[in-house]
Parts: sequence; structure tokens; C-alpha cells
Amino acid sequence: MTRIYDDRYDIIVVGGGHAGCEAALASARMGCSALLVTQDLDRIAQMSCNPAIGGLAKGHMVREIDALGGEMGRAIDDTGIQFRLLNTRKGPAVQAPRAQADKEAYRLRMKAVLEHQENLTLCQGDVTRLLIEAGYVTGVEIDSGYRSSARAVILTTGTFLNGLIHLGLSNFPGGRSDEPPSIELAKDLMTQGFEVRRLKTGTPPRLHVDSIDFEILIPQDGDPYPQPFSFSTREIRRNQVPCYLTFTNQKTHEVIRNNLDRSPLYSGRIQGVGPRYCPSIEDKVVRFPDRERHQVFLEPEGLRSDEIYANGISTSLPLDVQNDFVRTIPGLKEARIVRPGYAVEYDFIPPKQLRPTLETKTISGLYHAGQINGTSGYEEAAAQGLIAGINAVQQIRCREPLVLKRSEAYMGVLIDDLITRGTEEPYRMFTSRAEYRLLLRHDNADIRLREKGYRMGLVRKEEHEKFLIKKEEIKRESERITKTFFMPTQEVNNKLKSIKSASIQNKTTLLKLLKRPELNYERLAALDIKRPKLAREVISYCEIEAKYEGFIQRQNEQVERFRQMEEVLIPDQIKFDKIHGLSREVIEKMKKVRPVSIGQASRISGVTPAAISILLIYLKNQRSKIGEAKTYSS
Amino acid sequence: MPDLSRTHSTNDTISSISTPMGMGGIGIVRMSGPRAIEISKMIFNPVSGSKRDSLKGYSIRYGKILDPNTGVTLDEALLTVMTAPKTYTREDVVEINCHSGAVVLRKILMTLVSLGARLAEPGEFTKRAYLNGRIDLAQAEAVMSLVSAKTDVALRTALQQLSGELSRKVNEIRSHLIHLLSEIEAAIDFPEEDLDLISREEIIDKVLELKKDAERLIDTAEKGKILTEGISTAIVGKANVGKSSLLNRLLMEDRAIVTPYPGTTRDVIEATINAGGIPLRILDTAGIRDSADPVEREGIKKSRECIDRADLVIMMIDISEDTDQGDLQIAQLLKDREKETILVLNKIDLVKNGSNKGDIAKIKDLICPKLQLETSITQNTGLNNLLIGISDLILQGKGGFGESSILTNVRHVSALISMTEALSRVLEGLKQGLSEEFISVDMRSALESLGHITGETTNEDVLHEIFRCFCVGK
Repeated sequence: MTRIYDDRYDIIVVGGGHAGCEAALASARMGCSALLVTQDLDRIAQMSCNPAIGGLAKGHMVREIDALGGEMGRAIDDTGIQFRLLNTRKGPAVQAPRAQADKEAYRLRMKAVLEHQENLTLCQGDVTRLLIEAGYVTGVEIDSGYRSSARAVILTTGTFLNGLIHLGLSNFPGGRSDEPPSIELAKDLMTQGFEVRRLKTGTPPRLHVDSIDFEILIPQDGDPYPQPFSFSTREIRRNQVPCYLTFTNQKTHEVIRNNLDRSPLYSGRIQGVGPRYCPSIEDKVVRFPDRERHQVFLEPEGLRSDEIYANGISTSLPLDVQNDFVRTIPGLKEARIVRPGYAVEYDFIPPKQLRPTLETKTISGLYHAGQINGTSGYEEAAAQGLIAGINAVQQIRCREPLVLKRSEAYMGVLIDDLITRGTEEPYRMFTSRAEYRLLLRHDNADIRLREKGYRMGLVRKEEHEKFLIKKEEIKRESERITKTFFMPTQEVNNKLKSIKSASIQNKTTLLKLLKRPELNYERLAALDIKRPKLAREVISYCEIEAKYEGFIQRQNEQVERFRQMEEVLIPDQIKFDKIHGLSREVIEKMKKVRPVSIGQASRISGVTPAAISILLIYLKNQRSKIGEAKTYSS
Repeated sequence: MPDLSRTHSTNDTISSISTPMGMGGIGIVRMSGPRAIEISKMIFNPVSGSKRDSLKGYSIRYGKILDPNTGVTLDEALLTVMTAPKTYTREDVVEINCHSGAVVLRKILMTLVSLGARLAEPGEFTKRAYLNGRIDLAQAEAVMSLVSAKTDVALRTALQQLSGELSRKVNEIRSHLIHLLSEIEAAIDFPEEDLDLISREEIIDKVLELKKDAERLIDTAEKGKILTEGISTAIVGKANVGKSSLLNRLLMEDRAIVTPYPGTTRDVIEATINAGGIPLRILDTAGIRDSADPVEREGIKKSRECIDRADLVIMMIDISEDTDQGDLQIAQLLKDREKETILVLNKIDLVKNGSNKGDIAKIKDLICPKLQLETSITQNTGLNNLLIGISDLILQGKGGFGESSILTNVRHVSALISMTEALSRVLEGLKQGLSEEFISVDMRSALESLGHITGETTNEDVLHEIFRCFCVGK
């Protein structure tokens, strides 16, 4: 009955969202033949929720994706309509870029990039089954009839696996507003033996632009000089537009409270766990009854779109209630809802079932990326898509996988958290999840990752050369800062006085002056007259490294102490049951996660230092049995 | 996140009190690691006049241990220096042998820690010995499974070992710290949210307050009021059964390491002795006799209080005489209080045939002793067995004592001290106007220090606090 496509690919990517796009592009750019299958070619790179990319930790990740040679940064630079650098009053490590996107432009641009990508084929269809032989994935079945074969398959199913949309007390199967869910594939994954659980997420209503009274609202403009996400972007060209801010009030809350019995959330119809950091407006009203108001950001969905995204009032109440409460909000008195808010429940495959490469533990060649792993957010999805794509190629070519450390990238923190600790709610990245936050800055993402991207074949040669020049300039300037010094002459001290800094008594280096809180590189120009002319990012890097040297060094020392543990590897075939002295509880946890290193093992919740000691001793013993000379202590 | 690398790296210097398990009047503080010799030079002043710098491998030197900050002599000691690799751990090892009691040993250990050594985890010397190829797996496994069982228990009971008041205080400090951290982290991660965050001035006030709380705890701990200096052990029995002789004998045996305490209660004598490596604080109670006498009644009252305070009770019976109502009365007291008890049948040298064994069985029924032995204090028999018995009882956890409480206490105090140090850095940072992410670094290390008492504070704990207290969600 089945007609077999005779097409063979190296890699098949299932899904065309933010994870799928990066996975497919990485595969093809690294030279593998790739097929991207999606239910609707017109929804490639669709932003299902808010029309924005970046923010704290997320913006950091977009910079990392870009440094590695991913597409997201360039795409948002091309299609962003309002750019802001957040936290500018705080230190450099916790500043992050954020941009409003023109959704349609973003989607079309990304689709065009995929279409023009060599080695990459796009195809519309519903993947209904995985083809598996002896524990290896061999391809996929499309629309219950066609088959395509591949050496690796990357699943990026988003909210589509058994998707169920809730709008008030009625619900219907769907992956995204008017799109059908993937039922067959969800069934097939169950059959393959994966543990499957359920999550929930939601979106707010979209309003018609002409029905909003912007006159009485607070406009929020972007930065006057928008800074791009991508290390390759020279400037932001698109028109920049404002967002608007308004607030809910007691009346809004009253309408919501009076209709809680019609909420699928509060009537128990929704089983999946929703994100705590992105609660629906009904959640906010119930959990924080004392709050008099909540913010509502009105964000344009695009330059040519009439839709306004009402950020802050995500809801699954019935349409008439949405209508009623929206109209109590200043500026929205006559607002017309063009698309109602809704909640969606979907299956995810708890990510402890994955290896650090995002390959599943049970089926070789099968990779999961994005919401299927329990994450939320375009940036989290794209990061995983990129890593899954890279590692699928590396595996096919029998090369070393790319596993980023927690000290190297937020992407490393993301994947390590997922595979080691799993997640109970849709996982979102926060800077507080990174223990080496001061090292993982957005400005140094290229220093951290560009070289790796180049070695993977994702960063083009000319980009890499540009990077090497920047690095060389940084090196030279840092050296100059350390070696340049000033004598305590009248002239020098007068100049210091003129820039409101204390005079010096001894020979003092530029580095030392730069560390003074009241001074910075720019202010020191009066003194430091022989400085070379350098690019802004070179100066800023040198300045940050100098000013925060003490803190950075402290974190580097921590990294060094941990490194030893990360480098003690635990062999795949280890039998935790056989290790004398481990408690039952620890054994079960180890078996579930199957940590690849002592470092990872130590991060499993409930694993005690004593258990780690026992593990170390066991490993050492095994190693000496095999006769390896390498010792842990060296 | 807990800094596990600290406890598992092998390139730092560890230190611990490793009093010998047998009898003997010396306490040993041991250090192992690359900085062991360097650190020991900082506190050791050799008497013979030769220079400190000349400390060589495999040498034993006599001198004074000084507090490098104050220059005060802590104790006289023998310093044994052993250079890698021919040592137990195959690292540089320094042993400080001194004749001091628990208080001074602890002080020396704390000084080493303040100079850069780290408190060794239980069994860590052995672990290093194994990892560096010094001992074989069988030996190491035996030690480690013991240690693992112990530390698991210790982690769970560390708090329970403290008094209710202290544990409440420590937990309070922890939850305040977590809340402050959540304020700081929310300010970083949710800049666009309309959050009701507290001001920097308020954070400074709160941190100052927490620091003061912690310092008060450390203070009381140093004075020994809350954190005990060992297992408090009461010797009870009728008058003239040999209680004071036992105490005196213990003191004589151990003269060099006795640290007499001023008794908190006039009629109870306290002293600290070393029983096979375990510090015991002995409470010698007034004999319990005829309760009609008002003075004696007062004595009994004190004895009762004393039993209440004790972790371990040694009940003494004169076995050369028939046990009587008085003995039973005491046994009843013990039974009601469910104390861990050792039954000592004294004066065996005076026993003639036909002692009243029946009554002893009854006493045993009442007090269910963990250990029973016969002694003759005057003849000096059975005393060794008593001390070894006590130390076994405690080390094997039969008495429910968990980790040797002296180390636990050092751990607690050292955790609190490093927490206050971190809080000082927090304050400094706040006053300098540093951005939140830098403040967070020190706030987290304060929590990490406290984690040695309360268990680790995870990222999830902090996130939970943020979502509990703040309505975030754009």
C-alpha cells in the first residue's frame, strides 16, 4: 500500500518552527542533504505567540546562536521594528537585546533563506510515523503513505503533538489556532516507548489597530540607535515604531473573577502544567488579589498588519468574557478582538530521555529540539534546533559532537538543565540559571563561540577572518591598557581633577584608572592621548574585562575547579546497580539520567557528595582494571 | 548551586581533627594538600630557635602554635612534616600534635581554615589516599561506605543536632537570604515588569540585620553555650558508688587534656575529657540519697536537671553491696527520660560470692543499657574498656549521636563565619553601588555557606520565591 519515495536524505527535520529552521539550515550548511517536512509551508518560522525576540537570557542566546552561525540573529535584525537594549543601568553581563518583530516579514525572510539554501528541500506534509530498524531511525512516513529515508531525524513538533486548544469551556484538537494537531506521530512516539507528559501554554487576544485609542496611552519607543543582534549585521534598516503601555484595573479584575467558572483552567479541564513566569490574566488576578493593576503592552504584529498583540493578558476565558474585560482597560474601550486568546495543551517528551547532543537515548539518530523537550520560547527552540542539527551531522560523519559547557554558553546551561534535571513546567531561560553569569555576556558571545561555529563549517570564512581581526585588536588593546602608565605629575593630576577623579601618588597603570568606578574608557581619553582608533565593540570588550577583572577572575577560578569534574567521564555502559555503597534512590536517579560526566552526575537533584565520592572510586577502579594509565588526580 | 567541586577537587588543602582512636592524651590536627606546609609555617613557631622556613620533610619539631592575627600562643605542640609522595595521602601532610582539649583543637583547626585550608569532608583523607593510589579499593570502599552512610545521616540531622532555637534561627536567616536574592534576581531578569521591589537601602538594612543575627549565633557558639563541646555525659548513682573516683581517675588519666569548666550549676562539676578520640563533657552529679533531707533534695533536683541535659548517662552501681531502693529510684529516673545509658558495676574487687543479682536484672530492665561493664576504679580495672566502649558506642552511631559532634560544631561555626564574610562583601558592593549581578554573586556564596548547615539552596528555590512573591509575566 505504501509508495516509497526513492528520495534519500542525510537528515530529515520534522517541523518548520524556530527549532526546525535552525536544525535544517545547520544540517544543509554543514554539507548534508536535508529535508524539512512541515504541515504548512506558509507557516515556516511563524511566531505563534508574542511578536518579539530577545530579552534577558533569551537575547543572550540569540547572540550565541549567531556566533555559532545560526540564522535567528540575522533574521530579526532584518525584520525588527523596535530594538531595545535592556538593563542598560546594570552591569554588562545582564544587559540584553530585545526587538519587536514584523511577524510576516520574519516568516517570509526565513522561508526565503530556507528555499535558497543549497542541499535543503522543503516539503509540506504530516509526518505520521518514524521508521526504525534495530534501534536506529531510518526515516519517516509522511501522510500515512509516503516514506523518506534518512540517517538522522530531528523532531521539532512544537505544540502540535496531541495539541488541544481551549477557548472557554469548549476545546478542540489543534496545534495552533486553526491548524490541526499531530495525532498519529504522538501515538507512534508512545509506541516507541517514550515517556510522554503534558504541558500548557497560552496566548492573549489580538486587537484591531483602528479600534484602539492610542492618544491616551503611554508610548514606548525603541533605542535611538538600535543595536543589532547579529555579529554580521552592520545596521538596522527597517522603520522603527513604538509600542504602547496600558493597565488593567479593578473593573477588569472583577469581570475576570466573576467568570472564573467559565475558565478551563479553573474548572479543571486543563491538565497540563503552565509556565509560572507567564501566567494567564486569570492566574494573575487569582494569585495576586491585592494588585490593583497589571501591565498590558500593546505591540504591533508588523508594519503592514492591522493586528495588535495585547501582551500581558494571555487568557483562555470564552470570547465574550475576553471582550468584556478587554473593554474595561484604558484605551481599549472600543477594542475589537480579531483573534481570541486561547490556551493550548500538548505532549512533550521529558528531556531526561536525551543525551547531551539532544539525541534520544533509546533510538539512535533520533533528535528532539524545542517545545517537544518541554521548553518555551523561540530562542530556546532555535538554540536546541541548531545544536541538534550540528550533532546530527557530526554523528553521521563520525565526528566529535558539539556539547557546550555551562561555563561556555546559555545554550550549554539550557541543554544541561533539560537533560539532567528535566522540567515540570515549560522551561524558560533566565540569567539566574547560569552560575557563571558574569562570563556569559552578550557582548562576548563571539569570543566564546565563533571559533566553534567556524570549525563546524557554519561561520563563513570572511566572517571568521573579521572575528580574528577583532580578537587580535582586543588582545593588543588589552595589553596596551595593562602596560600604559602615568606618572604622578602636576599635568596628569590636573587632568584627573578635570574628570572628577582623585589624583595619583605613584606610577599608575591605565588599567588601574579604568577600574575606578567614576572613570571609563571614554572619560580617560583626556589622559590616554596615544590610544589607537578602535571599533566600539573592541573598546567595550576591553573596558568590561578591565573594570570587572576581579569578578571575572573569581568566576574563571570556579570554572576551573569544576572543569576537573566535567572531564571525568562516565562510560555509557556503566551498571549503576553494581556499584557498592550507592543508595537505591541514587541508583534510580543515575539510571534515569545516565550522566555522561561526574560534573553532570553531581547536578542531579538528590545526589549527595558522598555518592559522588563512591562513583569516583568505582570509576577509578574500573579504569585501573582496563589498565589505563590516566588518573583522576592529575 | 552547591559547589561540589570544592569537596571533590583534590588540588586544595584539607584539614581536620584526627584524634587517635585509642587512648592517649594528645589531639592531632592534620592537614593534607599542596599548601599544608606553607600554612603550617604561618602558625608554627619552633622553640629551638631555628627558622620556620627550614621545616623539612620527615621532621618533627617542637614549638608553639600561634594565632597569626593576634600573636597569642594557642598551645605547645609537636609539628610533624611529611612531604609528598611518601605519606598517607601521597600529598604533603602536616600533623600538629598538641596536648589540648577540644576547645584549643577547634581553635587551631579554625585558624588553619582561616589561612586557606578547607575542612575535610568525612573520609576525605582516605579518599585522597585511594585516588592517589596509596591504599587499595577494599580498604577505601570500607571507609567510604561508612562515610557515605554517615554523611547522608549527618546532612539530614545536622540541623536536628542543633538546639531548636538555633535551628529556627538558622532557617530564618536562610529564608530571608533567599527572599533578598529573589528581589535581586527579579530586578535582573524582569526589567520590564512592574514589580514592587525593595530599595537598596532596605536591602542594606536587611543584610546588616542578618549579619548581626549570624554574629550573635557565632558568639554564643564560641562561648559554648549552644554548641556543645562534645557529648555531655552525666555520671549518676547513689552516693559512694564511686562516681567521683571515676571522674578523678578520668582526669588523672587524661590530665593533660582536661579543660575544667566553671559549672553552670554549683553542685555539678563539669570537665572535658577525651574518650578514645571522642570529647566528653562529664557532668559529675551529686549523689542521690535519702530524699527527706532538704539539702539532698536539692542535690537530687540538680541531678535530674543534669540527666536532662546529658546526651549519655553512665549509671554506677556499687556491686559489692546489695542494690536497693535508691538504685531503683535512679533507674526509674533514667527510664522516664529515655536516656542512652551505660551501666557500670563498680567495686568488683570487693565482690564476695552471693551478691544480689536479681535486683541488677531489674535495673537493667528499667534502663536498657547500651553497654554494661564491670570496673574497679581504685584498682584501675575496666576503665580502658569503659572509654573504648563509649567511643565505639558513639562512632558506630549506636547512641544516636551521628557524626562526632565536635566536627559538626566546627562546621557550623565555620559555615556561619564564611556566611558573614560573604554578607560583608554584599554590603561593600551595595555601598559601592555595584550592579545587582555582582551583589548576587556574594549573596549566593552566603547561601552556599549556610548550605553546609541547612542543605543546598538550588536555583529552583530562588525561582520559586520569585514567582511566589512577584507577579511576573509579560
